[in-house]
Amino acid sequence: MRILLVEDDPEVCRFVAKGLREAGHVVDPVDTARDGLFLAASESYDVIVLDRMLPGGMDGLRLVETLRATGSRVPVLFLSALAQVDERVRGLKAGGDDYLTKPFAFAELLARIEALGRRSRGEAPLTRLAAGDLEMDLLARTVRRSGQAIDLKPREFRLLEVLLRHAGQVVTRTMLLEAVWDYHFDPQTNVIDVHVSRLRQKVDRGFAYPLIHTVRNAGYMLRAEG
Amino acid sequence: MRTAEPREDKGQGEPSWRLIRSIGFRIAALHAALMALSAGGLIAVLWWNTAGYLDREVERGLRGDLAEFRAHHRAGGLAALAAAIETRIAEDADTESVFLLLDAAGAKRAGNLDAWPPFLGPETEAGEGPLTRDGIETTVRLRVLFLADGARMLVGRDVGARRQLQALVADSLVYGLALAVVLAASGGVLVAQVLARRTAPLLATAAAIGEGNLARRVPLSGNDDEFDRLAKSFNGMLDRIAELMEGVRQVSNAIAHDLRTPIARTRSGLEAILRGATEAEELKSGIERGIEELDRVIALFQALLRIAEIESGARQSAFAPFDLAQAAEDAAALYEPLAEAKAIRLEIKAPAALPVVGDRDLIAQAVANLLDNATKFTPAGGTIQLSVAAGEGWADVAVTDSGPGMTEAERRRAAERFYRAEASRSSPGFGLGLALVKAVAALHGGTITLSNRSNAPGLVATLRLPMRPLPRHSIRSLDPTHHV
Repeated sequence: MRILLVEDDPEVCRFVAKGLREAGHVVDPVDTARDGLFLAASESYDVIVLDRMLPGGMDGLRLVETLRATGSRVPVLFLSALAQVDERVRGLKAGGDDYLTKPFAFAELLARIEALGRRSRGEAPLTRLAAGDLEMDLLARTVRRSGQAIDLKPREFRLLEVLLRHAGQVVTRTMLLEAVWDYHFDPQTNVIDVHVSRLRQKVDRGFAYPLIHTVRNAGYMLRAEG
Repeated sequence: MRTAEPREDKGQGEPSWRLIRSIGFRIAALHAALMALSAGGLIAVLWWNTAGYLDREVERGLRGDLAEFRAHHRAGGLAALAAAIETRIAEDADTESVFLLLDAAGAKRAGNLDAWPPFLGPETEAGEGPLTRDGIETTVRLRVLFLADGARMLVGRDVGARRQLQALVADSLVYGLALAVVLAASGGVLVAQVLARRTAPLLATAAAIGEGNLARRVPLSGNDDEFDRLAKSFNGMLDRIAELMEGVRQVSNAIAHDLRTPIARTRSGLEAILRGATEAEELKSGIERGIEELDRVIALFQALLRIAEIESGARQSAFAPFDLAQAAEDAAALYEPLAEAKAIRLEIKAPAALPVVGDRDLIAQAVANLLDNATKFTPAGGTIQLSVAAGEGWADVAVTDSGPGMTEAERRRAAERFYRAEASRSSPGFGLGLALVKAVAALHGGTITLSNRSNAPGLVATLRLPMRPLPRHSIRSLDPTHHV
């Protein structure tokens, strides 16, 4: 994917650009909204990662508003230290598609960027998901592994579905809470871990190799080969 | 009309005193003016009905006499008129009436006066003046009748006694009015003094608070009057401020301790790796531990900021109708595997649906925190009950555990930020769970109540929400012993 990164903090900028390049993306980093707007208007990007507070009189919100006024629909992810709900709402109202607050885990940023990129490519709705010997039929709501039917409760099904849709990518606990439970808070105890371990009991136990992996300090990843 | 200059308000005590004085002065002045006005009205009515009545009686009598004598003259000429006058004089027992008839030549034809009084001019028709009758100085009111044949007569009444009476009435009225004004002014001064005396404790307390003595409260007079009510609400406000200050103090203490500790640990951990680690693997795991520690700090920060955000009321704009029963069941479903892993039974008792207005996400987080606590304190093999019930205008979400419960003192402090009861010291957590529940409850105009189970060990945490949306802080618990 081609990603425009507008971030004035050189440390964060270098860190994000390096990580995204390592993940196989092309990154154009700029440090002012003016440069960002110029590039966004003249080049074609899959995703724009945008800081809210930028130097030079123009902030991230203005950039998005201006960009949207020109008819551009390129997905925008806000990356900001402004964490309050009304700040998030302002960002999304201005035309942003996602909002991640600093400090953040790089894995989460990557996962969200890739999700946005996929959305913008407008892939046809899937009816079947698969990874390795695991198959999920979204219409019949059934799951099979090595041809053997696995009986899942609705929440477990949804959890596995989210992991499968992001197969090969890290999915953070926050993302799982949002996607499966529609909760936008972090519980005191990591209840997600218990749900995932329960899912593992059904999906991985007794099979040749594990599919659900824990990624330290980040979250979970479903991938077919160890 | 301001007597105190607001622009001069630099100090706190003196200009306020001047303002109070000026209000007192204005009350006194207004009071006196109103009293004078009402006394004046009374006097006007009194005068009209006494002195004015006497004058009108005299005038009526004079007009009647004139009409009568004009008729006699028309019927019988001057002679008949003179006869009629003599008859009236003879009949007049109290000798109040005065008559004099002069013919065209100016000679007296009848009457009890000797000469035309000097204060009446030749053409004057009516008048009042001094007259000496039978050697006595008196006042008479006269009317003159000019007759067609050139003769003229005057009819009068001795009004000396009436004038004396009127003077007496006028004197009494003036003295009365003066007395009324004096009384009103002293009443006003009294009111002003009472006002100053009753506001003095309030001002003294405010001044003391301003100087930093935050423990001062306004003493109550015990009369339960307006000033006591003002003092009570003033004290209530001070209590609230003290509560908030205490919260800030707690938070800064907690930040000093709870935040510094993990940061210090991370720092020394990283330093140790920098100095000691030689293997790449060792470095990597050390840095991972560092990130874990920092994530804890970030999570703590986020929890604190979220509570602050909720307490600021900024999230009330996100209020919408939702099903409380469903939200509670969802939260229970989130914790069910955790409970099961600890061999705890999670029982749910909820109606089919219970619509409320609020922030679903926050309520879910509050219920999740209550369940989180319950799972922490309930021993293996225990039971947690989550019940949702609707009362009169209220909806209750109660979480009952079979843990050790809490002492009275612990229950009181449970919702303070970073407070952790003795039993929870060893379990993970920041001690912010109930603080958040309390903030969520307050945002919705509800309460969170902790109590011990009556028949078995365990704690009951009840989140009570109003069924209709209410403004923030409109309901504050008045009973501090059980509400937290």
